[in-house]
Amino acid sequence: MSTEVQHAEPGFFRKYLWSTDHKIIAMQYLFTGMAMAMIGGYFAYVFRMQLGFPNQYVPGYGIVTPGRYNALVTMHGSIMIFWVAMPVLIAAFGNFLIPLMLGCDDMAFPRINRLSYQIFLLSVLVLLSSFLVKGGPFGGAWTSYPPLSASGAYNLTPIGATLWLLAVALEFVAFLLGGINFTVTTMNSRAPGMKMYDIPILIWMIILANVIFMASVGPLIAGAVMLLFDQTMSTGFFDPTRGGDPLLWQHLFWFFGHPEVYVVLLPAMGIVAEIIAVFSRKKIFGYKTVLYTAWAVGFLSFVVWAHHQFVAGIDPRMANIFSVTTLLISVPVTEMVFLYIATLYGGSIHLDTPMLWALAFIAEFMIGGVTGIFLGSSGTDIYLHDTYFLIAHFHYTFVPIAIIAVFAGLTYWYPKMFGRMLNETLGKIHFWGTVIPFNVIFIPLFITGIAGDQRRVYDYAQFAEQSRPALQHLRTTSTIALLVMLSFQFVFLFNFVWSLRSGKSAGANPWRSTTLEWTVPSPPPHGNFAVLPTVYRGPYEYGVPGRADDFFPQDIPD
Amino acid sequence: MTTEAHVQHPNYVKVWAILVALLVVSLVGSMSHIRVVLLIAAFGVALVKAYLVAKNFMHVNVEKRWVPYLLIMCLLFIAILFAGVAPDVMQRSGLNWNKNPASQPAQTGATPAVKNE
Amino acid sequence: MSATAKPIANTRSATGIPTARLITWWVIASEIVIFGGLLASYVMHRISHPEWAESASHTLTWAGAFNTFVLLTSSLCAVLAHQAADAHNGPKAAKFLRLTSLGGLIFLCVKAYEWTIDIREGFVLSSGGFWSFYYTLAGLHGLHVLAGMIIMLIVAADAAKNRELQRVECIGLYWHFVDIVWIFLFPLLYIAR
Repeated sequence: MSTEVQHAEPGFFRKYLWSTDHKIIAMQYLFTGMAMAMIGGYFAYVFRMQLGFPNQYVPGYGIVTPGRYNALVTMHGSIMIFWVAMPVLIAAFGNFLIPLMLGCDDMAFPRINRLSYQIFLLSVLVLLSSFLVKGGPFGGAWTSYPPLSASGAYNLTPIGATLWLLAVALEFVAFLLGGINFTVTTMNSRAPGMKMYDIPILIWMIILANVIFMASVGPLIAGAVMLLFDQTMSTGFFDPTRGGDPLLWQHLFWFFGHPEVYVVLLPAMGIVAEIIAVFSRKKIFGYKTVLYTAWAVGFLSFVVWAHHQFVAGIDPRMANIFSVTTLLISVPVTEMVFLYIATLYGGSIHLDTPMLWALAFIAEFMIGGVTGIFLGSSGTDIYLHDTYFLIAHFHYTFVPIAIIAVFAGLTYWYPKMFGRMLNETLGKIHFWGTVIPFNVIFIPLFITGIAGDQRRVYDYAQFAEQSRPALQHLRTTSTIALLVMLSFQFVFLFNFVWSLRSGKSAGANPWRSTTLEWTVPSPPPHGNFAVLPTVYRGPYEYGVPGRADDFFPQDIPD
Repeated sequence: MTTEAHVQHPNYVKVWAILVALLVVSLVGSMSHIRVVLLIAAFGVALVKAYLVAKNFMHVNVEKRWVPYLLIMCLLFIAILFAGVAPDVMQRSGLNWNKNPASQPAQTGATPAVKNE
Repeated sequence: MSATAKPIANTRSATGIPTARLITWWVIASEIVIFGGLLASYVMHRISHPEWAESASHTLTWAGAFNTFVLLTSSLCAVLAHQAADAHNGPKAAKFLRLTSLGGLIFLCVKAYEWTIDIREGFVLSSGGFWSFYYTLAGLHGLHVLAGMIIMLIVAADAAKNRELQRVECIGLYWHFVDIVWIFLFPLLYIAR
């Protein structure tokens, strides 16, 4: 039964630009996020060219001045986290999949959903407008510490600084609205028979990410208002000469900033979970344990934040406490990875492109995880903080999250979204052309980082005690590897666009998966289900004895 | 769409009267010069008023149990924030340092003449 | 999809709580951490800056007290609106919601008058640590009052026609939360010396 009454086919505007359909909104977030990824990737190209070939003309940009360098790294970091990772992992995949996987016809509040994208789009426009103002975009680092960020005389990008802050604030509002919608839908709108532990892991992860986001962003919104007033209204919230404290900003920022990395990690791990179950033809090992460890990660993520501030002048006794909690949080995360490996063990592994990406996620993320140990211990962090070791560590976590897991999800759900299969050969070329260069970019940076290369420095030649020309070959290698990796992305873009028209027709369930999104046509029609499903079992019933097929979809009666 | 009444409605005017009386108590208490009396009048009364509003107006006590737990969890996170930040923000001096406001604005490191367009 | 057709997703309730009230609780939860973050920052500074007591003594306690009374009364109207909605009396609920909004308006007018006096005495946003927090806290709260008033009037317009009565309780919950924030702001900004 559907509430849909026969109505006239909507025009282009209502159907694609003003839609309340969760699938269209998902596409809006996806394409906006992909466009922003190209901008963020371009900025990485420019500043890595500066680092690999200092003070040379950069093709497609020009000469990188010191101020421009600061703006480039600031924008790269901000864009990749707020305008690529979050919209694609949470908003795009969440919007597309949640109603489908839960067996309902849309989100609980479709108009709030539409509003959240519109506010998100506004945040994109505000950020992009900062590229056009006097002084250019904000150059005070994505962490925006005052007094650098509070004073235009210091950061030399006063208008850009305020626009950046407004863009981030708008993005937060968009994700609060969207996230609360997702949570309510998941709590309430499930298909009859779908109990809590029948919900696919990806949905649990997205919801947990939303709850973590919601609970952690509040203090930063407060801090952003204070910083905005410091920038524009001569207040002194973070000004020590006026009774304020710059450390307060750092704490407010990182109180959000650390849970934020789990906000993006958990959906990525959710995507990987879905894929490894399907492509091992095996249920997730320890579904409930995966959930409990995820909840543990979620809670612990709120008590580790000051490990980003070990050398900022915080109370050393607090540094001790945060070291302990930081090392503790590696336990549940590792447990989750072990559960995934246990899922693979004994499975019937099919190395299709989505599975390659999922396996790469596990391997690369583990490297990121173990290198975090040295940074989470306050003693070693004194040396390693703000070096390229840190940059390599967080790219070994963020790239699996924002790039590898995204490609895993895109190659897996592309048939459902667009009704066509992507080309497998091109997919595998793109995979290897991304993952191998990725390692060649960042392993040299671990080495230069341990040798002492500091981050956010546009040219070491300007700082005598930092100048180590002997390491330049490592920096240049890293840059060249980035060029290679970026070129292979065109393979993906070509595959994506070409397959829209010329890919093999997909059918409803090309991967023979058990979850509900694969029971509807590809792409799903408005309203999703001709007959709303009832659920009879959990989401990963593969290899059930006594069945002809090796998978048992959730909606087939016993 | 009609609501299914999920709450019993108490006498709301009576609750309101108690709240106003508590407001008067806090005002009277605030004029005291004894610190403890002042604090209880201000914040103790506030806590009681908040509890009365939450219980009688918002009906938190008849909601599903996880709702107040969720709200308390949010308060708990703020308490964690306070605990983690206060040692830095609230201390004015330590073993070897003082948080003296700088008497002049700090010198900037960059040469102001560098143009960054 | 027509503008007023609700998806099935909106009408289901696996938790037993209707979706409208469920989303209201989540909104309140997120607002607790926003105000909580700002309040925690203020409290830390206030305790460690005893010299702020001098600035704090200039806030107009009578205005704050009167506004507390106004908000408490408007909360009473909001919950009476809920009671009326439960009795399926839409027009009565709308009347009470409009009274609640009126309370919000009075609150904002008193605040405007109070701030005019403060500003005339030379206390502005940048007048120092206490005043920066004072205006930011009360201002953020005031924005929430304003937003609440507007949404309340929209809900009242529907309720007067006996439509969407479940929203009466929800906007009431939001309003009570805004009231509770003020219950704590009042002693923090006006009383504590």
